[in-house]
Amino acid sequence: MLELDLTGLSCPEPVVKTKRALKENPQGVVSIVDNRAALENVSRFGRAMGYKVNAVEKDGAWRIEITK
Amino acid sequence: MKSSLEKPKGLSKDKILLIVTGCIVGIAAVLLTIFGNPGNMGFCIACFIRDISGAVKLHNAGVVQYVRPEIIGLVLGAFVISLVKGEFKPRGGSSPMLRFMIAFCVMVGALVFLGCPLRMVLRLAAGDLNALVALVGFACGIAIGCWFLNNGFSLGKAYPQSALEGAALPAINVGLLILAVFGTSLLFYSEKGPGSMHAPIVLALACGLVVGIMAQRSRMCFAGGIRDIILLKDWTLTLGFVAVFVSALVFNLIAGKFKLGFTGQPVAHAQHFWNFIGMVVVGLGSVMLGGCPLRQLILAGEGNSDSGVAVLGFAVGAAFAHNFGLASSAASADSLGGPGINGKVAVFICLAFLLVVAGVKTFAKKEN
Repeated sequence: MLELDLTGLSCPEPVVKTKRALKENPQGVVSIVDNRAALENVSRFGRAMGYKVNAVEKDGAWRIEITK
Repeated sequence: MKSSLEKPKGLSKDKILLIVTGCIVGIAAVLLTIFGNPGNMGFCIACFIRDISGAVKLHNAGVVQYVRPEIIGLVLGAFVISLVKGEFKPRGGSSPMLRFMIAFCVMVGALVFLGCPLRMVLRLAAGDLNALVALVGFACGIAIGCWFLNNGFSLGKAYPQSALEGAALPAINVGLLILAVFGTSLLFYSEKGPGSMHAPIVLALACGLVVGIMAQRSRMCFAGGIRDIILLKDWTLTLGFVAVFVSALVFNLIAGKFKLGFTGQPVAHAQHFWNFIGMVVVGLGSVMLGGCPLRQLILAGEGNSDSGVAVLGFAVGAAFAHNFGLASSAASADSLGGPGINGKVAVFICLAFLLVVAGVKTFAKKEN
């Protein structure tokens, strides 16, 4: 699955880049973010689009799996 | 560790938090005007940073000089709660100079309208219809910013910084607080005009702290609300915006502070085109910075030194705006108010600058 390194990006770039990636990869993507606001935004967007969202924290970053 | 985020049932926790935060902001804002702040200026990030710039003599406009404890409270509230919640993350290095200049432009736009996005909502809630014109401009500016975002706009990545770097702007605010309490003789305070009108320091600081804490927890952002509707069809952040409006409106009606119309509004002018275009600049600049002026203060409190640099850009922009006659004057019995020729030229230069930066950072070949 496509993995996006979105660490260090300020809002709303993580969610915009996730949205663009999902358009090209409708089966799902993995977004890696390093702040809680981005985690909340990307997760909320994924759920709103009807995807399953599973986020796991590791070393101050979150690996958000967005899948069908 | 598994994230605590779960699929929301009904009104989710983040939405409730935003509504509660919005209500607190609206009520605190009207309360601050009852206790002495200028009309419809319970909170105004642009006006208050401008007043602080004046108090430390970065500009010489004698009617707008005062160290506003609300600003100090907002930054320190966000700083303390982010430490407590483990969200104090010093970060920086995402085009700091460009952020400084964008923030400078945002401040010029805000001072042409006479208010930041938060004051725009508060003015609207008090019946000032000029704020409605400004809201249209603000939304247009945000829509332009969203177009660039959708095409790949980015100011680049931020990187971890030292705790000292992240704590620098909060430390400046501690210094300002010490001066405001013990060293007022070193500062320049207005004897007349909006700068002379203020709520007691303890109340202003307390309101700032509470709002700073709540805004950090809820991620409240006035540009983010409209931006997310356009970009993502997500209304979540707009709830905060609406809650501020509704709570301030109700409180204004109860307190007899509601007056519908374009004229006779406190610290405002009815030059529609300039209200519109000033807030186009604020909307576009806020999207480029990743949040409205309030959000920049909160992020700076969380240790984001890029936002700290943006706050300094606001302060210097405000100083230039008053030193070079870019800020509008409020309407009065003798004058229609609005920007002078310098302000009119400056707002277009700011808009052109933002468009060029946005274009380059969207379409130029990425270095990384």
